[in-house]
Amino acid sequence: MTDFLFFLFSAMAVLSAIFMVMQSNPVASVLYLVVTFFSLSGLFVILDAHFIAAVQVIVYAGAIMVLFLFVIMLLNLGSAEVGDLRRGLSQLLAGSVAVALVAVFARLFLVETDPAVPEASALDPLLEAQGAVAAVAEPLFTRYLVAFEVTSVLLLVAVVGAVVLARRRAP
Amino acid sequence: MTLDYASQSHYLIALLPEGIVTLGAFAVLLVDVFSRGRDSGPGGPWLERISVLSLLGAVAASLWLGFAVEAEPGLVAVDGFRLSGNLILLGGSLLAVLYAVDYGHREGLHIGEFYALLLLATAGMMVLVGAQDLVLVFLGLELMSIAVYVLTGFNRRDPRSAEAGLKYFLVGAFASAFVLYGIALLYGATGSTNLSEVMGVVTARTAEGSVLLAGGVLLLLIGFAYKIAAVPFHMWTPDAYEGAPTSVTGYMAVGVKAAAFVALLRVFSVQLAPAADFWSGVVWWLAMLTMIVPNLVALVQNNVKRMLAYSSVAHAGYLLVGVAAGTAFGRAASLFYLAAYTLMTLGAFAVVYAVAGKGDRRMTLADFRGLGWRRPALGFALLVFLLSLAGFPPTGGFVGKLFLLRAAIDADQVSLAVTLVLTSLISYYYYFRVVWKMYFEEGAEQAIASPGRAFRFSTAVCTGGVLLLGLLPGPALRAFERAGSEVATSEAIEVPAAATGAPTVGAEAAGSGP
Repeated sequence: MTDFLFFLFSAMAVLSAIFMVMQSNPVASVLYLVVTFFSLSGLFVILDAHFIAAVQVIVYAGAIMVLFLFVIMLLNLGSAEVGDLRRGLSQLLAGSVAVALVAVFARLFLVETDPAVPEASALDPLLEAQGAVAAVAEPLFTRYLVAFEVTSVLLLVAVVGAVVLARRRAP
Repeated sequence: MTLDYASQSHYLIALLPEGIVTLGAFAVLLVDVFSRGRDSGPGGPWLERISVLSLLGAVAASLWLGFAVEAEPGLVAVDGFRLSGNLILLGGSLLAVLYAVDYGHREGLHIGEFYALLLLATAGMMVLVGAQDLVLVFLGLELMSIAVYVLTGFNRRDPRSAEAGLKYFLVGAFASAFVLYGIALLYGATGSTNLSEVMGVVTARTAEGSVLLAGGVLLLLIGFAYKIAAVPFHMWTPDAYEGAPTSVTGYMAVGVKAAAFVALLRVFSVQLAPAADFWSGVVWWLAMLTMIVPNLVALVQNNVKRMLAYSSVAHAGYLLVGVAAGTAFGRAASLFYLAAYTLMTLGAFAVVYAVAGKGDRRMTLADFRGLGWRRPALGFALLVFLLSLAGFPPTGGFVGKLFLLRAAIDADQVSLAVTLVLTSLISYYYYFRVVWKMYFEEGAEQAIASPGRAFRFSTAVCTGGVLLLGLLPGPALRAFERAGSEVATSEAIEVPAAATGAPTVGAEAAGSGP
């Protein structure tokens, strides 16, 4: 089952990433990117990293991609873009980087058949006992409570600043 | 009273000054919202009253923390170094609020968010100054920076202000990324973000961790170099300083730089001192370049505000000499120089905006012709500030430079000391060019609006403070020396009351000159 899910999410991630690059319409491109993020978050769940999975959905798929969509729609970039990549040298460069990347992966799969497994860290018993979310939350609300509170003030400053700079009537 | 941080509520006490200022900012925002549309304009005089009161409350809380509270090592330090830093910053913020009252009325910028952002920036600076943990260093830096980005672009009707805000934001976000990456690498190298633990690991470091450690230290240093505008990371400074509303420019030049410098001194010259072989050479080059380049560029500036911007970059170079010295006396000299720098730079920018008139229009050298005879008080104040910036007796700038020279020579940094003297000589030209225009050239009659009560009061405080630091530097120096030598130990440190002599009170400071 896990193997099946892994291949499902991996295939979805890779395919939608490829589709994202190949789209000429920016909005469709962004939507494919959202699919990629969801698939990645599925992969994180398989790895028992529930917290990162949730953050992936909330922050990337939720906040950042919505921001992207807003900007694209506000700037009215919805129409198809003409490819602005220069021919020649840049294509050659991109192609060689892609070949190098494939070569590195091929070497990983073919030569080093046994990938190095990290040693058990001090975190593991904590993860066993509490799960990934609690392992992040516990220090956040105990040892780093002050930092957490300062962050809330930081967000307030960002909100006040955004209102000041963006309000319709100039001060 | 001893804080052991067994309960998180102890942090409420350890962060009392920051808390008071933050609550003051909340109060300003609320008062502003509920008083919109009243006859006396939004908020009326209550906005500045609340701001000043909360800053004074933070001064009192800092003094109480410094004298009566001891603390175990934790996320925030409770030591004399933090107390001195807080007093310099709060003194600067108090003066900046008073100047903002005057400037805000003239430019129609008198609204609550201005004071709220100023207070929140001050809270961020104090977090930065007291942080004993790299996470808090970053958060304090961001809190300060984001508030100041907004203040820079506050005057949206002015395209220069909007441009300056955007430029400052982009460069600042870039610098923050450097700081964050440096912190991540340091965590990777040492396994902790707590500065005392980092120091322990660095002291007993093994060879294999060196690459990560060196990378982390250098990236952190680059991030700080952007914030203090050290050459070659200073390119944003003249544009951002020139475009920002002038009362904000003074605050940027003073508060942001002072907070970043105090944090730099704590992080590098104390906690990362065991890793000095990674950063001391880089700081030497930064100090060297930051003294030479802006002093040469300032020679050809015709806009006085831009000239002062370059001058503030040059002063970062002088202050870096204190960091490069790396000794307790180097830290004390830097603190002393920061106190003098705060007073003279805020004052100089304030006089510039008084001369510039509504809309900040008259800022070229020619506009200062005959100022000394037309407005004797204003001219005298600017004369004192310029003498102090140039480093002439009997001003705080002169004594501060003397202490920095001694620190450099004690630490065998003779080349830095020689450069400091030579570049100061160069700087005489552009400072005294303004003095010459003020007193020895006839100016066209142009009305300079009479500045308000708040302006006159704070300019008098700045002038008096600069002269006092120059004539009676003893008490302030002794206080800063204790603060500089007893930083970040786990015992609480008591700083004599004379520490307050530098930024705010000073009138009762009594002692002998050098």
